[in-house]
Formats: sequence, C-alpha cells, structure tokens
Amino acid sequence: MGGFPILSVMLAVPLVAAIMCLFLEARQARMVALLATLIDLMLGVVLWANFDIGGAQWQFTERANLFAGFEYALGIDGIALMLIMLSVFLMPICIGASWEAITKRVGEYMAAFLLMEVLMIGVFAAQDLFLFYIFFEAGLIPMYLIIGIWGGQNRIYAAYKFFLYTLLGSVLMLIAMLWMVNEAGTTSIPVLMEYDFAPQAQTWLWLAFFASFAVKMPMWPVHTWLPDAHVQAPTAGSVILAGVLLKLGGYGFIRFSLPMFPDASAEFGWLVWGLSMAAVVLTSLIALVQADMKKLIAYSSVAHMAIVTLGLFAFNVQGLEGAMMVMLGHGLVSGALFLCVGVIYDRLHTREIARYGGLSINMPAYAVLFMLFTMAAVGLPGTSNFVGEFLSLAGVYQANSWVAFVATTGIILGAAYMLYLYRRICFGEQKNADAAALPDLSLREYLLLGPIAAAVLWMGVYPESFLAPMRADIELLDTRLAAAAPEGDAQLVMGEGAPEEEEHTQGEAH
Amino acid sequence: MNSILIIVFAPLLASIIAGLGGRWMGHTAAKVLTTAALFLACGLSWPIFLSFIAGTGEASVTPVLTWVQSGNMTFDWALRVDTLTAVMLVVITSVSALVHLYSWGYMEEDPDQSRFFAYLSLFTFAMLMLVTADNLVQMFFGWEGVGLASYLLIGFWYKKPSANAAAIKAFVVNRVGDLGFMLGIFGTFLVFQTTSIPEILEMAPAMQGSTITFMGARWDTMTILCLLLFVGAMGKSAQLGLHTWLPDAMEGPTPVSALIHAATMVTAGVFMVCRLSPMFETSPTALAVVTIVGAATCLFAATIGTTQWDIKRVIAYSTCSQLGYMFFAAGVGAYGAAMFHLFTHAFFKALLFLGAGAVIHAMHHEQDMRYYGGLRKRIPITFAAMLIGTLAITGLGIYDLHVGFAGFWSKDAILEVSYAAGGHGTGAFWVGAFAALLTSFYSWRLMFLTFWGKPRWIESEHIQHSVHKTPEEAGADTTGGYHPHESPWTMLVPLGVLSLGALFAGQVFSGSFLDSASFWNGAIAYNEHLMHAMHEVPKWVKYSALVAMLVGLFFAWLAYIRRTDLPRQVAQQLGPIYDFVYNKWYFDELYNLLFVKPAFWLGRVLWKKGDEGTIDRFGPNGVAWVVERGSVLAKSVQSGYLTSYALIMLLGLVAVITWVLF
Repeated sequence: MGGFPILSVMLAVPLVAAIMCLFLEARQARMVALLATLIDLMLGVVLWANFDIGGAQWQFTERANLFAGFEYALGIDGIALMLIMLSVFLMPICIGASWEAITKRVGEYMAAFLLMEVLMIGVFAAQDLFLFYIFFEAGLIPMYLIIGIWGGQNRIYAAYKFFLYTLLGSVLMLIAMLWMVNEAGTTSIPVLMEYDFAPQAQTWLWLAFFASFAVKMPMWPVHTWLPDAHVQAPTAGSVILAGVLLKLGGYGFIRFSLPMFPDASAEFGWLVWGLSMAAVVLTSLIALVQADMKKLIAYSSVAHMAIVTLGLFAFNVQGLEGAMMVMLGHGLVSGALFLCVGVIYDRLHTREIARYGGLSINMPAYAVLFMLFTMAAVGLPGTSNFVGEFLSLAGVYQANSWVAFVATTGIILGAAYMLYLYRRICFGEQKNADAAALPDLSLREYLLLGPIAAAVLWMGVYPESFLAPMRADIELLDTRLAAAAPEGDAQLVMGEGAPEEEEHTQGEAH
Repeated sequence: MNSILIIVFAPLLASIIAGLGGRWMGHTAAKVLTTAALFLACGLSWPIFLSFIAGTGEASVTPVLTWVQSGNMTFDWALRVDTLTAVMLVVITSVSALVHLYSWGYMEEDPDQSRFFAYLSLFTFAMLMLVTADNLVQMFFGWEGVGLASYLLIGFWYKKPSANAAAIKAFVVNRVGDLGFMLGIFGTFLVFQTTSIPEILEMAPAMQGSTITFMGARWDTMTILCLLLFVGAMGKSAQLGLHTWLPDAMEGPTPVSALIHAATMVTAGVFMVCRLSPMFETSPTALAVVTIVGAATCLFAATIGTTQWDIKRVIAYSTCSQLGYMFFAAGVGAYGAAMFHLFTHAFFKALLFLGAGAVIHAMHHEQDMRYYGGLRKRIPITFAAMLIGTLAITGLGIYDLHVGFAGFWSKDAILEVSYAAGGHGTGAFWVGAFAALLTSFYSWRLMFLTFWGKPRWIESEHIQHSVHKTPEEAGADTTGGYHPHESPWTMLVPLGVLSLGALFAGQVFSGSFLDSASFWNGAIAYNEHLMHAMHEVPKWVKYSALVAMLVGLFFAWLAYIRRTDLPRQVAQQLGPIYDFVYNKWYFDELYNLLFVKPAFWLGRVLWKKGDEGTIDRFGPNGVAWVVERGSVLAKSVQSGYLTSYALIMLLGLVAVITWVLF
C-alpha cells in the first residue's frame, strides 16, 4: 500500500460527503450518501485484500502528533479489520434501506449516517486512547439524533433512555483512562495492551471500563434501553445499531479489558458469566412473549450478545474466536432481520406481529429470505451464526460446564421464539386483508437483502476467510491471558485404560 | 471414487435450482430435475454398497473444503465412505428416489409442487452429509440440516395451524436433543482435543476408567460423553421422553412421513450410536442406558399404537417402537443387528407409509381408520403391497426353513442376540418379544380395519364433502356412492419396488450384516463372540418372534373381524388404563404443563415485572424522577421572597455557629 493513508481516506470520504449532504436537497443527498458509502466499501475491500495475514500485528498505521501528547494515530489488526469490513458492508445497505422510507430532512439524515460511519471506522482504527474515546462517545450523537428526529411515536423517551444509559458508563471510563495515561505515561493503545497494571489498580480500571462496555453490549440488566431504541429507530437506524453499535462493547472488551487488565478480567469472570447466563435465559423468555417484531429481535440480540461475552471470558482461543464470529454473524443477521421487518413495516406501517400472517402466499421471495435469516439467527450449521456460537460455547465448556449448559439452552429458546415469530408472520391463513395485499420484494429490497444472504452463507460454509486475518491477534491475546486464565472445571483424571486392549496412544488431558 | 461427490451434491444442486427457480421453470421441470438427481445418486450408491458386500470396497475419505480452524479445534467438510456409510447411502438414496417418484402422483394437484420436491432433495442432501461425516461437527451439520428439512416439510401445508404447530414442535424438541449432542461434542473435544471421528474412536479405549467433572459432579469420562451424545440420538430418533414430536410430524404430506419419519432421518440416532460404537463400547453404563431406553420406547410406543385411529399415527408409533428395537440391539453390543433392522425397516416401513398414502389418496384424504373398511377389493394393488409390508413388520418367517420376510430376519436376530447377551439384554428380550406381539396386533388391526369388513366411509366428513351426501341420505349404502380408486402408476411402482425390498432384503443380506466381520471391516465395533452366541440360543427363543406374531394376529383377528364389539368392551373394562394409553400416556399434556406454559408465563413476568417494573422503574425512569423532583424542590426554595431567604440565612447561621462551637 506504500504510504497511502487509506484509513484516513476512509474517514475523510464519508465526512466530506456528510458535510455536502447538509447543503443538498433530498435526491442529491441520497446519491451522494450512497456513492460515499460505496466508495468506502471499495476501500474496505482494498484494505482487506492488502492486509498481510501473518504480517505485522498493526498494519496501515498512521501517526501525527497534535497537541499535548494527544496523537492522531490510526492502525488496524485483524480484529479491527473485520469489524471495519462489517461497518462498511452494512452502510450502503442502510442508505438503501432509507431510500424511500425517509422523506423529511433527508440531507441531515444522510449526514447523520455518514457521520456515524466516520465514527465507527474511527473507533475500530484508533490507536490512541483519547482518539478512541472521542470516536466511541461521539457515536452517541448521530444515533441519538437518528432516533430522536426520524424515530417513531415514542422517540423522545427512547432517545433519552439511550443517551442516559450510555453516558453513565462513559464518564467512569474517561476517569479510568486519565488515570491510566498518568500511570503508564502513554496514550498509545498498542503499548497499553502490553502494559502490566498493578492487580489492585486493574480491579478499579476494569470496573470502570466494564460500566461502559456492559451498557453498550448491552448486558443484562442494563439492556432495557435497547428494545426501546430499536422499536423507535427507523429501519436503517436499527440495522446499524444492531449491526455495528452493539459490537462496540465486545470490541472494547477484546481491545481493552482483556489485554490491559487480564488479572481483573479473570477475577470478575464470574460476574460476566452470571450476567450473561441470566441474559441468555431471561431475555430469550421475554422474546418469546413479544407482540412487537422489533422488540422481539431486540431482545434476541441481548441473548446473542451474551454468547459473545461468555466466549470472551472463557479465556481460550475457541471462546475468543467464537465471540468475534458471533459479533460478525450477528451483525449481518440481526441487521438483515431488521431489514426484513422494515420491508413489511414500510408497506403496512405497523410492527405488531398479529397484523400480519400468511405472507408466504403473497410474498414468497420475502418468505424465503426471511426464513434464511431466521435459520441463521437460530444458529443453523452452514450459516454464519453457527460457527460463532459453536466455537464460543465450545470455549465456554472448557472453562465451565455449568455455564456452557445454561448458555446452550439458548439454542432451544432461540429456536422457539424465532420460529414462533416466523410462523405468525409468514405462515397460516391470510387473515388480514391488507397484509394479504402486500406486494413482494422490489428490486431495491433484493439488492439490500441479497448481499447479506450471500455473506451469511459464505461465513457459514467457509469462515476461514474471516478467521484467518484474526488468528494471529487472537493467539497473541490468548497468550497474554494464559497466565491469568482460570482452571477449567473438567479436571480430567486418567484411568488405567481399556484392560484387554493393546497399547493405545494416550489421549491428551487438557 | 468420486461418485460420492455426485451422490451428495447432485440433490443439493437440484434442490437449489428447483427451489429458487421453480416458479420460472415450471413444476414439471422441477420434478424431472430433482427426481433425476435422486435416481442418479441412487444408481451410483448401489455399486458402492455392492462392492462392500463383495468385499472389494475400501473405506475412503474425500476432502471437500476447509471449514473451521480455531486454535487446535479444526474440522473440515469431507465425505467419508465405509461400510456403514454405504449401507446408509443405499437406504437414503433408494427410498428418497422412490419417494420422489411417488410424489409425482401424490402431490399432483398441489400448487406448490416444485417447492415440495426442492425440500425433499434438500433433505436428502443433508441426510447424506450426516452419514458421510468424518467429524462430529459435520455430522451435526447434517443433523440440523435434516431437522430444517423436516421442519419445512412437516409445515409444508403452511396454511394449516396444526401443521405449523407440529413443525415448530419437531424443531424445538429436536433442539432439546441437540443440546445434549452439542455438549457431547464439546466434552469430546475437551477430552480428546479433536472432533475427528476416527481419531476419537482410536483414543477412546485409553480413556476408559478416567473421570471428569461435569456440572459439578464427578463422572466416568466415557459414560458422560456417550450419554450426552445419546441425548441427541434420542431426540432425532424419537425415543421415550423426546418422542412427542414424531406423531405430530404426521401433519406433513405422507411421502414425507415415509422418507423422513420412517426410513431415514429418525434412524440417524441409531446410525450415530453405531458410528461411535467403539466409543460406546468403552462405557457399559452408557450401553445399559441405551438398552433400557430402547426397550422402554419399544414397548411404550407399541402400546399406544394399539389404540390409535389415525392410520398414519399408528405407523408413526410403530416406527418409534421399531427404533427402540434398533437401540436395544445396539445397547447389547449387536451393532450389526441394529443396522440390519435399520436397513430392512427402511424398506418395509417406507412401504407401509406409502401404502397408507395410497389409501389416503384413494379415500379423499380421510385418515381415520374407523371410516375405512372393505378396501381389499377396491384397491387390490395397494392392498397387496400393504399386506407384504405388514407381513414384513410383523416378522413372518420360519427359522428352520430359512425363509421369511425382511422384518423376520432382523427382528429375530435382535431378539436372539439380546437373549444371548444376557444381563440387561435378557430383560430387553422379554420386552422385545412382548412388543413383537403388540406390533403384530396393531399392524393387523390396521389391516383388518382398512381392508376387511364392510365399507364405513359415509361417516367420514371428507367423503361426505366429496359425494355431497349425509349418512342419512345415503341410507343402507354405507359407501355413499363413493368409489375409491387405485393410485396412478407413479405411486404404484415405488410400492412394487419396496415390496421387493420387504420380501427379500432380509434373506439376501442377513449373512453380510450379521455374520461377516469382513463386511463391516472396522466400520462398527463388531463383537464376533456375541454374534456366534446368537446362533446358539435355545430353539424356543428362535421361535418366540413367530409365536408372538401369531398370537398378535389371532387377537387382532378376534377383535376386528370375528367379534367386532370386543374392542369397545375391553376399552370399557380397562377404563382409566385405556384412557392413559389412548391419550399417549399424557406426555403432551405433561410437557405443556411443565415447560410450554411456564415459559410463556415466565416471559411475561420477566418482561412486565422485571424489565419494566424493576429495572426501568428504578433505573432510567427512577433517575428521571429523582432529577425532576430535585428540580421542583430547588425551584421552590428559590421563591424570590426576601423573608424566606432571611429565614434560611438565619437557620444556616444557627447551624454554622452550633457546629463551630460544639
């Protein structure tokens, strides 16, 4: 790539486009936004193609001293690369999803989305602690506006709730960051990732970061902002919220909490496990009784994100890689599910499940794609989510079989609420005349859902494309965690082996 | 040796094209494509199977694609072919090809035919992936894939609420089994650091006697691993406790019941136990559990089968019961016998289901046997096929003459080997022999109610709709003028081919399956000693199955031909016992009460009282409330009245002075 500052360009393109959109009328703003996001997608592909797997840990680094030790430092490893790819992949789809649904203040809306893209790429690419903080927290603002201005009936309440929750955590995180910089004498994230904080300090730092990431994740019981935010947000807002913003918490854990405070992470493993187990079971049960499509999928997101936190805190390679794969898979699948909701919401303007039914008859193509994404959400092998869930749960099992058992019950409950949802929307008789008259997918909607469907299957059948870039980084993290990793509960004790058999190779005890 | 690639992927390709392009290419093209793909796969499978029979076949693994590499956990897409796979290949592709052909006739008037054929082919692909798996995760892929296809096909008539409910039930109940399967895979990986089946089987004996903690308790390692995996097998093969989905699955079109819920998918659990047999051999406890669960299911399902009126449900419970035979055969260590019964059962049970489908087709979709009767002369070809199927399942055969229908060979072998194995096997033998009596009873009951006696179908609403008559209008003519018609040749040809299987599959292949270690060639744990002992059992054991069959036949004849009022009297005599059996031991009601209702209730409580009533109330809304109240308070203090300011100042002053002085 030579000296071409590709990450900065990826930030600049949507930023410039965002400013342009503010001054353009609706039609032009849409075009500019689409063009900018597509350019970023292409740049992302270039980025991926040029990423040297097995090469340096941090690639495409850029550095510029600004003031007072505050650095503009960008650079990515495989983990960040994958999350950036997820963001730039979903952005054009979001713009496309808003094409006809948004009719008021289109320029501002597009600007908010483009700004969102800048901030998301920035979060994953930032190598400076404060730069990260700015990107991380600034992401609140466009989302707050998207919900608050273009949202549904009860948008103000949802926007405030969203803001209140997320702000609470971030204040604590900022204080912790100031302390860390003071202690370690650097704001460089790569350096801090290898810095050994005193165990006592780690505890407090970990808790401060946890407050922020747990809300972003969201973990039970600080998840209640998510259903409201999703329900009120416009379709594209939900897509980006579920697709990328929910991944910030997981990214935070994997970038900060685990490598910077390994001892504290191990110490608080039980807390994360406990909350995650509660989330899997409780939110799945709540999802079962929802009458609002978006709320149902929002609750299912909480359950899926709990698998991420479980995988991360399993302290082994499978857990970590599985967690990353769940994040990527869930980003695609929940995004697609919200798009599916959007498709019928745009037609009938209600999210109430009971108002639909029998859509397989009049919307067969829609039913097929919706089924695919439903099955992916259920974690059917061959789709993206299976790989992630399987690996994380396999990782969790190695740490603790009780936790693995409780978390795995999620596959039963998940199947129940998703199939129940699908049945009420797509199967049965056409009991509502207006729902029965809905037309099938338009070309635009095909173009939105088709690429996600392809990605979901790709990730399920050949996940190696996605695992390979992250492998070295995960291994590095695993080595860093090795010392702190708690012992698994399996405690295998060898017996004498089969009596009459000849000598066999001794099975490895782990 | 790459015909296996074609065998596995031709159905997938056909399924995708027919499924996504069905509307443009038309029904006929979709049907031709999928059926041709299946006959191709079938045509390529038999040579593989016969090469193993001849002893020239060699086990092979064809790699396809990398799947997952995560640390030391790696698993790839690969197609394994050995004797065990070859057996499954012919079963799956043969029955599937015939069911495809049969569906041409059965589904002729359905507007969604191409979708139906796409699902059937998709199912076949998933099933083939399951049996060719070289690692546990690919097996799980096939496992879930057949679950998906089963879900789609049970709910094929998606406008019917009962079909939708049954489809979800099948998927979710299977997921309960999958929970065990997944934990089993995780545990196996933890212990062996691999998911490769051959590697696990090789290392398993060395693990015997080791112990491990699972969910807070100490276990024998191999026992807990086998039991977890067996929970998965119980779900897929509808064993006692996780069987509730199978009878409901009859909501799907009948060809589906024949293919998925009789011949292939439900036998996946048996296949899994046989595939992992060297592993199960390391844990006598796990094998005992397999035996007991198998025997219990065998008996329990047979009792229910004797009381049901729906022709498909009778056969469904029969399937459940026959799967029990296979499991207890595996449990006593006779994996060859289990696979042999799987093999013969596939033919005669598919035959029975497809025959039942032909009856239902003839009877205008009436499935209640109370409204059949006297069909023998009206649909003679179907009758002949069903008769062969019934003789096969009831196991007619004479040991000393070495002649018998397919079921005779396999069922007799299972009973003999259980007796020979001793221990739990002896109990299983008695249970199995009694279940054989019940099998004979319910099978002949089905035949007598359907094909003998006088026509009763004017009582059927389906028929009444067809002929536009009420029973009163019809008067003495209990047919109501409705004339059942024989099915088209597309449906009769599969019946004919399967009849051949039901007649000869046992006779021809019994030597290979039961007595030939070289046939199995290490694909299963083959117990030479036990298979010899099987032939040494006393004569009365060898004839027990035949006697049971004859007794069952006699009672069925007595109750449903000779003295047709007897069943009602017996039912009244038995009272609550009859109700208990007729209501399927109240499993559905129990599960509804224990799991379904509490889940919804808990969901509502957690949502309204938990999320909204507690977290939101004291969380964000609470904060908002505090801020609001706080501001009201602050506002009231800043009233602008000089007097109140003075009062506050005075109070403050007093307070400060007090604090400073004391």
